[in-house]
Amino acid sequence: MPLLFLIPGALRPLADQRAEIQAPFGGGSLGQALEVLWKEAPALRDRVLTELDQVRPHINVFVDGCNARDAGGLTAPVAPNAEIVLLPAVSGGSRRVPIC
Amino acid sequence: MPNVQHVSPKPGDTLVLVGTMKGAFLLRADARRRTWEVGGPYFPGHVVYALTYDPRGGRRRIWAGPNSMHWGGMLHSSDDFGQSWTNPVEGNVKFPQGTDATLKQIWQVVPGRPSEPDTMYCGVEPAALFVSRDAGQTWSLVEGLWNHPQRPKWQPGGGGLCLHTILLDPERPATIRVAISTGGMYVTEDDGATWRPSNSGVRAQFLPDKYPEFGQCVHKVVQSKQRPARMFLQNHWGLYRSDDRGETWTDIANGVPSDFGFPVALHPGTADTAWIVPLESDEFRCTPEGKLRVYRTRDAGAHWDALTAGLPQDGAYETVLRDGMSVDTQSPVGVYFGTRSGKIFGSADEGETWSLLADGLPPVIAVKTAVV
Repeated sequence: MPLLFLIPGALRPLADQRAEIQAPFGGGSLGQALEVLWKEAPALRDRVLTELDQVRPHINVFVDGCNARDAGGLTAPVAPNAEIVLLPAVSGGSRRVPIC
Repeated sequence: MPNVQHVSPKPGDTLVLVGTMKGAFLLRADARRRTWEVGGPYFPGHVVYALTYDPRGGRRRIWAGPNSMHWGGMLHSSDDFGQSWTNPVEGNVKFPQGTDATLKQIWQVVPGRPSEPDTMYCGVEPAALFVSRDAGQTWSLVEGLWNHPQRPKWQPGGGGLCLHTILLDPERPATIRVAISTGGMYVTEDDGATWRPSNSGVRAQFLPDKYPEFGQCVHKVVQSKQRPARMFLQNHWGLYRSDDRGETWTDIANGVPSDFGFPVALHPGTADTAWIVPLESDEFRCTPEGKLRVYRTRDAGAHWDALTAGLPQDGAYETVLRDGMSVDTQSPVGVYFGTRSGKIFGSADEGETWSLLADGLPPVIAVKTAVV
């Protein structure tokens, strides 16, 4: 079984409308797994990561159901056949309201 | 997703580009500006502070800087008035490695001078200036400003630490002015290599030293194209005019209900005429007395007259933000502004009478104009 990425709807236009992307992976860290995804869909990278190569603060990445933020972030271990889900966080109304 | 409407401008038409907290809209009218079509929403769900129209080099290009809380922001352009937009593979406005910074918001995008049709500028949060020399394809950080020794002392205002105003001196090709909240206004005279503050006479109400060299919370600055020495500045408390290209500033809050406010717009044909929308205070950022009044000077700030015809004068606790007002280049000049309550008002007679052009939009944060 290859690595499986589930792509959120907002990003599918940047991934040839694919909801799922499968790719071979030998196992490693989440950062290494995402490098596989960027090769499949390069436009996703800057939507998911900041210039400092950190996952954007309002995106959650789940590895086999576990939020990677609680498991080492980009160093979280990823099995060769893991399921990685990218999801926008439920924080839509909480952002500061600009007043200037 | 929303059903997106489109407008189809013809040569000579007026466009009002509207940025909101939840997308962008285009308003179109002919030169008489009596009836308006509304296009959009573009980038639904995205915050759009930065919009501009670039007519140089035969283009008819709209630029927008939508920002998603989730997916970040980048610049997109449209050559067909919003029917299609570029969607870059990579973020085009990005902080380079070594800056330890990440883009939070694109606040301003402006075309360069007509003599440099492939040059563009972009102001962002955290406060920084980017420049493109290839018509917006690639962008680079203006390091002279980023490395300014005063930058670590700039503080974020209510909207964040943003570079929100970019003024290209019409007569001096190497001179650019930018305004930062809260850093104040800075000027370069060597095309961005070195910068110095230019805030003499501008008050910083929130600091122990009321007239510091830098650190003012400048809300908006405009410069006359016809008489570039003439500038107006709306400050976080304080309304100013300069007759020496911003080297010194004079208080011109004569007869206005408050010198607190955000936008200031300048007449394209005469440097003595400008418009503002005063707000009651920084504590209560609404139009005073519940009356939506635009104030206009025709004598460079010696006097200001309230313009109210067609504007609500009862229970109108409105807010117009720093980029929420703009003028067109038609004759007579049109004036437009948008409110946090989602209304767009316009005047086709320099503010004498006003009409509601659109209502029910998301909170308006940017209003720009173009004559196509």
